[in-house]
Amino acid sequence: MKGKYKVAYFGVFIALALIFSYVETLIPVQFGIPGVKLGLANLIIVAVLYKTTLKEAYLLAVVRVLLSGFIFGNYFSIIYSLAGALLSLSVMALLKKTGGFSVIGVSIGGGVFHNIGQLLVAMAVVETFQVAYYVPVLLIAGLLTGCVIGILTQEMLKRLVNLEF
Amino acid sequence: MKLNLKEKVNLQKKDWILIAIIVFVAGLAFLLHGFIGGKGAGCVTVKVKGEIQGVYSLAEDQVIEINGGTNILKIRNGTADMVKANCPDKLCVNQRSISKNGESIICLPNEVIVTVDSSENSQFDAVTQ
Repeated sequence: MKGKYKVAYFGVFIALALIFSYVETLIPVQFGIPGVKLGLANLIIVAVLYKTTLKEAYLLAVVRVLLSGFIFGNYFSIIYSLAGALLSLSVMALLKKTGGFSVIGVSIGGGVFHNIGQLLVAMAVVETFQVAYYVPVLLIAGLLTGCVIGILTQEMLKRLVNLEF
Repeated sequence: MKLNLKEKVNLQKKDWILIAIIVFVAGLAFLLHGFIGGKGAGCVTVKVKGEIQGVYSLAEDQVIEINGGTNILKIRNGTADMVKANCPDKLCVNQRSISKNGESIICLPNEVIVTVDSSENSQFDAVTQ
């Protein structure tokens, strides 16, 4: 982002990410597995990753987690989300930089590592590797949600093609 | 740039490789868990409202009344299954039986937690939410 619209766009994206976090709490469909959710806010993070610099994507991710954590969650959910969000964004940035991956592939990587980041924090908190039995479930869940988010982001990016930051 | 909504979503070759790796690792982790966790002379720990009510061996077929009869746990052929609960949703009853290390059946309304441990001396005495 550059120029005088930078701050305004940043605000819009933060607001959108927050709204998505809220919308997600409204979705009545449970996936039957505790902790598994769609991660709609990730849609904004992926889109911003493609439209702006990495630095701003990181800033957005952190601000998003802090704000939604204070509004909808608690101290623990902030720690969990932060670990997930940062690891997820790092992996997505890496995949994007490597090249050869579509938006969907990048998003899948993000979804999977979001879950892995949270699981690592869970392991650190309960000081046990017992939760490791959850790994297959979280990997597949991350794969599916990442795929959905990737498709949505692709559609969104097509429509944002004229948006210059 | 022109707005092109007809553009197709194409999964690249590397995307498929990534998906394949994830599915492979997930499958591997699943098998590994089944292998390590495996059946054996495990025990189930029954906790009510955070306090341990008892530790029961999976090797012995038995019926356990939990919490004065609000929940009934049945151990048969090395697996533990919740057969009766007085709560309305019956989530714990409908859940499949457990036998592997770390698996659990949880009845939230009655605050009953049944966990499989490899040894009788469980090193954990707290439950995080």
